[in-house]
Amino acid sequence: MTLPDNRFVARVLVYPRAEVLDPQGRAIEDALGRIGFDGVRRIRAGKSFEVALEAEDERQATEAVDRMCRKLLANPIVEDYTVEWVSE
Amino acid sequence: MKCGIVVFPGSNCDHDVYHVLNHVLGQETTFLWHQETSLEGCGLVVLPGGFSYGDYLRAGSMAAHSPIMAAVRRHAEAGGRVLGICNGFQMLLETGLLPGAMRRNRDLRFLSVDVHLRVERDDLLYCSNYRRGDVLRMPVAHAEGNYVDTGEALDELERRGQVVFRYVDAAGQLEPAANLNGSERAIAGICNAGGNVLGLMPHPERCAEEMLGNRDGLGLLAGAVAAGGGRVGALAAAGG
Repeated sequence: MTLPDNRFVARVLVYPRAEVLDPQGRAIEDALGRIGFDGVRRIRAGKSFEVALEAEDERQATEAVDRMCRKLLANPIVEDYTVEWVSE
Repeated sequence: MKCGIVVFPGSNCDHDVYHVLNHVLGQETTFLWHQETSLEGCGLVVLPGGFSYGDYLRAGSMAAHSPIMAAVRRHAEAGGRVLGICNGFQMLLETGLLPGAMRRNRDLRFLSVDVHLRVERDDLLYCSNYRRGDVLRMPVAHAEGNYVDTGEALDELERRGQVVFRYVDAAGQLEPAANLNGSERAIAGICNAGGNVLGLMPHPERCAEEMLGNRDGLGLLAGAVAAGGGRVGALAAAGG
């Protein structure tokens, strides 16, 4: 995951928490059913962010992205987030 | 009382609030640009409705981190009055000055209609012109007003008497059909524990003059600027 010059790229995925009703996901689910996709069990509509950042090491990068998620990218009351590291 | 209305890119109810505070209620009123860091001595700070930052990310989330919000937070924490209307309420949730969060409306529709609200507290300065149980008619105009929090947090909110307005029918009864956006426990407006920060989705500034056919909202804005030393003070909690 380390890129030259200590650059890291995180992909942050934010989804409505499982126990929170996701009206957007439900609407998309219904629409898929209407156009014939009978097997769809569930849709959750989320967001993704690619965060390119510089950090001294992997640990620092992870901490920084985690803080970003908690402070701004996700609202922990209604959303969960996961972080994946990608190579550019 | 000097009133400040914070203007964000995308605010669109700022002038409506200005009109009521200044022209109807005769208060010294100023606009505060979101990039400023001072509240210029305002006793009441209003976060108005609109679509700040185009509702990017989540409604109110970008505004919640704009420069002036640090001053708004200090003002609120010192007991100063902060009133968030619609998008302003969403900002208060995103800053954490009020608990909870907003989801898209239950039916995914933008709602622009009059609703009925029941006043749940009349010991708040903001509600000093109302009586508990009063039913008010006010317009709402929002896509994300579906209030939510964890079950425990909602219980705590109720226990502390922080629910100020609920969506009800015209007779004042809790009725699922009257809770158009699907808010948990029909919550339309809440305050902080100190009672000095109030957020609500309906628009009192749009129903504050007889010539508009409805002045049910005037009492709220009049209460917000009522004398009281700039502080609302801790309140003997109505619900415990």
